[in-house]
Amino acid sequence: MDALTDDEVDALFRALADRTRRDIVARVIDAEQSVSALAERYAMSFAAVQKHVSVLERASLVAKRRRGREQIVTADLAAVRRARAVLDVYEQLWRHRAAQIDALLAEG
Amino acid sequence: MTVTDHAIDREALTLTFVAEFAAPVERVWQVWADPRQLERWWGPPEWPATFTRHELTPGGEMRYVMTGPDGDTSAGWWRMTLVEPPHRLAFDDGFADDSGEPAHGMPVTHAEARLDDIGDGSTRMTLISTFPSLEALDELAAMGMVEGMSSALEQIDALLADR
Repeated sequence: MDALTDDEVDALFRALADRTRRDIVARVIDAEQSVSALAERYAMSFAAVQKHVSVLERASLVAKRRRGREQIVTADLAAVRRARAVLDVYEQLWRHRAAQIDALLAEG
Repeated sequence: MTVTDHAIDREALTLTFVAEFAAPVERVWQVWADPRQLERWWGPPEWPATFTRHELTPGGEMRYVMTGPDGDTSAGWWRMTLVEPPHRLAFDDGFADDSGEPAHGMPVTHAEARLDDIGDGSTRMTLISTFPSLEALDELAAMGMVEGMSSALEQIDALLADR
């Protein structure tokens, strides 16, 4: 099984335990942001915001790339999050299938 | 139909789904055993399935094609690993290539279904899907099934909410 290791799960929870970091993730999921644009939104230094971004990056929740002088933060559709989405969709699929079976059985 | 339980174990990469049907076990078994009934519920919303091969025996092979709303087709296969009528069946479930045969290198999931008599002529169906790896789930996501299916499912939800 290639499930997440304990260390990866720890990193994920640690990353999301902080309100500012959760807020950063929510914003970059919406649209990519530069670190400086993010820094303007919080009452903290550019360096502090950068540090939060690094923690998120280590947990594979966001990715950072350079664009000119700017550092752009994007939501990283990391394996763990995609995996979760797929499992959720499979659950929905089985709900749909069960409803179809039910309709079929109702015909007698 | 009542969905009585569902659980996703992200670490073990399994999905457990339990539903109860107001019909006896033998009748619910038929929705798997009769290809014409099976194809009425197997496909995702708007992707009806047609089974072109249906061998419900241990080691038996299944082949099916699903047709989407834009006429696109998606083919799949099952390989039966366990068939114990009318209570248990298990199979590997994968994608097929254009020829309809198992596509090489594509993720394969394993499904197990159990049908139990719960009295009053009703049946509980327990379904366990096991995914081979996190990478396989990632591939399924990359294939766009998440976006495609989510939107179709939202439409269904909307329809149901109107009732």
